[in-house]
Amino acid sequence: MDFNLSDTQQMLRDTAARLIRERYGFEERAKLLASEDGFSRKMWATFAELGLLGVEIPEEHGGIGGTFQDLAIVLEAFGRGMVVEPFIPTVVLGAGLIRAAGNEAQKSELLPRVAEGGMFLAFAHGEPRSRYSLTHVETTAKREADGYRLDGAKAVVLGGDCADRLIVSARTAGKTSDRDGLSLFLVERGAPGLKIRGYPTVDGTRAAEVMLVGVRVPGSALLGPEGGAFPFIEQTIDRGIAALCSEAVGNMQALNEVTLDYLKTRTQFGVPIGSFQVLQHHMVDMYIAHEQARSMAILAADRADSTDAQARTKAISAAKVQIGRSGRFIGQWAIQLHGGIGTTMEYSAGHYFKRLTAIDRTFGDADFHLTRFANVPSPSGRGSG
Amino acid sequence: MDLNYTPEELAFADEVRQWVRANLPPETRDRVLQHQHLGKEEQVEWQRRLHARGWGAPHWPKEYGGPGWTSVQKYLFDEVLSEEGAPQALPFGLSMIGPVLIAYGSQKQKDYYLPRILRMDDWWCQGFSEPGSGSDLASLRMKAELDGDEWVLNGQKTWTTLGQYANMIFLLARTDPAAKKQQGISMLLADMSTPGITLRPIITVDGAHEVNEVFFDNVRVPKENIVGQPGMGWSYAKFLLGHERTNIARIGRSKAELARLKKIATEEKADGVPLMETPGFREKVAAVEIELMALELTNLRMIAAEQSGQAPGAEANMLKIKGSEIQQTLTELMMEAVGPYALPYNPEAREHGWKGEPIGPAYAAPLAPDYFNYRKVTIYGGSNEIQRNILAKAVLGL
Repeated sequence: MDFNLSDTQQMLRDTAARLIRERYGFEERAKLLASEDGFSRKMWATFAELGLLGVEIPEEHGGIGGTFQDLAIVLEAFGRGMVVEPFIPTVVLGAGLIRAAGNEAQKSELLPRVAEGGMFLAFAHGEPRSRYSLTHVETTAKREADGYRLDGAKAVVLGGDCADRLIVSARTAGKTSDRDGLSLFLVERGAPGLKIRGYPTVDGTRAAEVMLVGVRVPGSALLGPEGGAFPFIEQTIDRGIAALCSEAVGNMQALNEVTLDYLKTRTQFGVPIGSFQVLQHHMVDMYIAHEQARSMAILAADRADSTDAQARTKAISAAKVQIGRSGRFIGQWAIQLHGGIGTTMEYSAGHYFKRLTAIDRTFGDADFHLTRFANVPSPSGRGSG
Repeated sequence: MDLNYTPEELAFADEVRQWVRANLPPETRDRVLQHQHLGKEEQVEWQRRLHARGWGAPHWPKEYGGPGWTSVQKYLFDEVLSEEGAPQALPFGLSMIGPVLIAYGSQKQKDYYLPRILRMDDWWCQGFSEPGSGSDLASLRMKAELDGDEWVLNGQKTWTTLGQYANMIFLLARTDPAAKKQQGISMLLADMSTPGITLRPIITVDGAHEVNEVFFDNVRVPKENIVGQPGMGWSYAKFLLGHERTNIARIGRSKAELARLKKIATEEKADGVPLMETPGFREKVAAVEIELMALELTNLRMIAAEQSGQAPGAEANMLKIKGSEIQQTLTELMMEAVGPYALPYNPEAREHGWKGEPIGPAYAAPLAPDYFNYRKVTIYGGSNEIQRNILAKAVLGL
């Protein structure tokens, strides 16, 4: 057993931490949110220069060929800064899907562009009636002479408003909730019949509703096997969850630090409010909630790329439950301990809380994953090993 | 980073498992798994077998009879023993007074008591708490006055766990009444058969006789029965309680109990459907399982930090807080699982050697009493509120 960081991981941690510290202060972030895109393309270029967009991309495609754990290190730092650039949609979901399901031509065309910062991606999978179910896909893809015709609607597509390329799931066969019959397609922004309605989300990031009416794509747009995309979809969402867990851990740590600092400096009745025992106990429970969440984020990152789907699913759902619960607990108590100031837009605590809340609502909330966890049989062997 | 145990660690766990299977008397194992009280002989016999194998004191330094294991090995040892239904080692000798004597005892005390602890020739009990002191341990009032070559003890102790079996007690007493609260306290050892010591059982809400009051009326013990220096008892007690807290998370035991809970909830049926398949109950079990997974990893992270040279700090207090909450949740779910069969009150069924006819399923009798009994785990060893105070101060700087 070894919880130490590798040299690469320490390097990534230091790089990302310095970037957030020096370039991603709360005020700077507020400016980015108010801009047209809602994020900074210049910042994105910096991510690319530092190699952060290509952590998992193989070296032959312009990346550094790292592991998911390496990526998790970056995500934790981004969580501290509440980074608003579409990192998870493009790097974790989009590039992850292309790496896992794409053919050589697709990989060599797209992955280098992601690594160098020249392309935004989004995974358009959820639908207005799917809630958190991954198999509920009503969007259809009909074979035509030289390709496919896509019709349907996709809901709350993270990063969808700025994506240069969407990866759209659609049924080439089967009924609405079948696991079989799902396929993935690469769809260009600007394709006729594709309508993207972008909007900000509660936490300050961006998403989109996507309509597909008779969108025509060539046969070469098929990503992965026709009708056999479900395992890729499931693993990609599991990776997305693991990414959110790491991000949330950085967020919780920053929120706890802000809150602790407030308890030490804010005075009432002539003493720092942190001298009140009841507030101390809430803060200790927030500290414990964060440590428990960190443990599970480590587990999720360790299992994100596991080929044992059952073990992976169990660990990922357990982590999502813990992150959802810890995040809600820390977020709500942080606001309470701050008093009125915690409820204002001008102060950071409320923004951390909003991001944690959004994380719980993304890819299945704590209740959803509690059920999923309970329904997956325990993998053989040890819980942690 | 690698969350898996090394092949050597797994081989070690396997060696322990094989040995326990070959050496743990089946009736002892059954009693542990059925949550029955163990007899004194049974407890002593198990400790002697462990000691004969060289595993009697996993946490002691090698020179005093410890096996010289790594932190991970110690953790695995505890876990495998819990899984296999081995009796929990009694903490009083091995984890409490033993380490204190190793650190602060006189050579004579070490030579005499330490081997006896390993063989369990003595059954130790703890005399810290007093009526009215509770978590404010330093407010204790029991007095020890030097009279010639003897200390004369007067006062009362309480919550003395398993004191009815004990032949030795280690206790805190005030030797300098003029000194401030925490100063002037000394740690002393007394033979329970000394004239003037009387013991009165306290029966707890679960119906069990586990704790006692102990009265000291002009009890005379030899002068050399003091541990370390007079007036330093408070520091030794803090050292001792630090040792107690590391065991108190009892993660291995909770993992074994979780497995048992799932088994019981599979046998118990609601409208013909196993309780484990009903969404409400199943999700409560899932919730505690996830908490326990997280705590296990948190514990392993701390062990790894310790193994790489970082001293265990007050962070460990969080293991006590979470570990005890999880233990309580498990006893609650266990009782819920048997539904109305939580109602029959049959305390004899938990006693050593009981051969009567169970009321309802055999596993049901101890479950409600366990639930009541386990209210103690968030209170003893420093209440969880005190643990939070310590964390707030030592870790958060509040």
